[in-house]
Amino acid sequence: MHNVLLQYATVLILTAFVGTEIIAKVPSILHTPLMSGSNAIHGVILVGSMLILGGATTNLQEVLGFLAVILATLNVVGGFVVTDRMLEMFKPRAAKTKETKSDEVPQ
Amino acid sequence: MSRETLIDLLYLFSATTFILALKGLGSPKHARRGNMVAAGGMLVAVVATFFKYVDGHSLHHVWLILLAMFIGVIIAVPTARFVKMTAMPQLVAIFNGVGGGAASLVSITEFIHIKATHPATYVTLEVLLGVLIGTVSFAGSAVAFAKLQELMTGRPVTYPGQQIINGVVGLAAVTLIVTILVNSSTPLLWILLALSFVLGVIFVLPIGGADVPVLISLLNAFTGLAVAASGFTLGSNLLIVAGVLVGASGILLTRLMSKAMGRSLSNVLFSAFGSVVTASGAETREDGRSVRSGTPEDIGILLGFASRVVIIPGYGLAVAQGQHVLRELAELLEAKGLEVFYAIHPVAGRMPGHMNVLLAEANVPYEQLLEMDEANSELQTADVALVVGANDTVNPAATDDKNSPIYGMPIIHADLAENVVFLKRSMRPGFAGIENELLYNPKTTLVFGDAKDTLTKMVAAVKAN
Repeated sequence: MHNVLLQYATVLILTAFVGTEIIAKVPSILHTPLMSGSNAIHGVILVGSMLILGGATTNLQEVLGFLAVILATLNVVGGFVVTDRMLEMFKPRAAKTKETKSDEVPQ
Repeated sequence: MSRETLIDLLYLFSATTFILALKGLGSPKHARRGNMVAAGGMLVAVVATFFKYVDGHSLHHVWLILLAMFIGVIIAVPTARFVKMTAMPQLVAIFNGVGGGAASLVSITEFIHIKATHPATYVTLEVLLGVLIGTVSFAGSAVAFAKLQELMTGRPVTYPGQQIINGVVGLAAVTLIVTILVNSSTPLLWILLALSFVLGVIFVLPIGGADVPVLISLLNAFTGLAVAASGFTLGSNLLIVAGVLVGASGILLTRLMSKAMGRSLSNVLFSAFGSVVTASGAETREDGRSVRSGTPEDIGILLGFASRVVIIPGYGLAVAQGQHVLRELAELLEAKGLEVFYAIHPVAGRMPGHMNVLLAEANVPYEQLLEMDEANSELQTADVALVVGANDTVNPAATDDKNSPIYGMPIIHADLAENVVFLKRSMRPGFAGIENELLYNPKTTLVFGDAKDTLTKMVAAVKAN
């Protein structure tokens, strides 16, 4: 049993280091998408919620599990959609000029 | 290969996509693709989970799971699609809160489930931590949402004995956890749940306004850690990896944001900063110095003679919905051969990096968005620093006045430019509630009025020249 705990702790420590390294490289202009993107990633609790509801044997567990799946789905879907919407807006200069031009033609 | 191994391999794949997504955020070019990869990875994990065995049988209630997911999707997609970019902090707060809530529910259910098997103490501890952290994140995010949505005051809420009450509730929660570890009592678990909820609320109440970016980052970290705790309980490496990644990002952003305000994290969390306003907000000071105000037309002429302009936007710009007009002005100036940059303070807006998103939405190319240090070196050779709706982030008191509450906060040195132009609604001080010496600087011209109106008039003035 304790070996399992040790294995999880190993994963935890290594991920903490990897995560810190990668995230430190995110430029400040992308900090909002970083926040909402990581927000979507913790929506993986959906997997946990599914297992809880899928293993529920009493009414109480069913209700709690059902709520958990709803909340987690909100988290995961909302998080990814909003991050995508935000990142779509970040455009470099070249693409921008083209777009403005094509906007102006019909006028 | 057994079914379980295959599922675990798919989980490993998902965990890898999450790391790739964060790596993609290293540059605006690859960021969007990274996010899609992670979404794909998440889908793989969810589909794989449908085939998993729990306690030796395949998942019960599959239809119930699908129904719950369906409800979640039909609420989440329209909300995420149509919410305005200025309301993004609220939305992130709420999505963060529901994640915390889900983690807490998973932990509670797991507690009821495993209680009969007399689990090892450390298993119960993981479960209880999941309940505590998840619920604090849920309740805290709800209050942060209410503050940002202006359902309640955005300023710090204080009352006598606040620190002591918070301390007592925190201590009670810890005592309760220890007690439950000893006797595994379910009724006590419900009390812990209620107490965690109260703790989340009272923890967030005294944090307001410009300190919210720190708060949101911290709550994000909390949910990450709650998910990681559930990962330990459920024995899922995927949940541990994802939770810890989010925890690390939240903690890193929390530290960056407090640093950008020149204050320690504990000062941000416990000092109820901004609840006292000391500035007079007068146009003439006691020593007889007064501000110089100008018209949008004056500024149009000033810009006509400039060759390098640095725009310093603050949250006031977003409140006035002036981003698009500002971009129009900048493009006009560029067409006249001027160099234009935007100087972005890390805490401009209501969440980390918020101002960048608001400007990106107004079609400002990201090459023009400068981070604080870069901006400060550009400002040395700038002719005009145009401050729109910012105040505390350009206040020289942060470097000059040891007694100022914002002393030590890194600022954008607008005063380095040849001329400083402030677009302000009134003489009202910024969030920190303190006087801004820069307003009385002889270099400075103030243009009073709604930022969007003023900018529109400036566009007309520049066009006319």
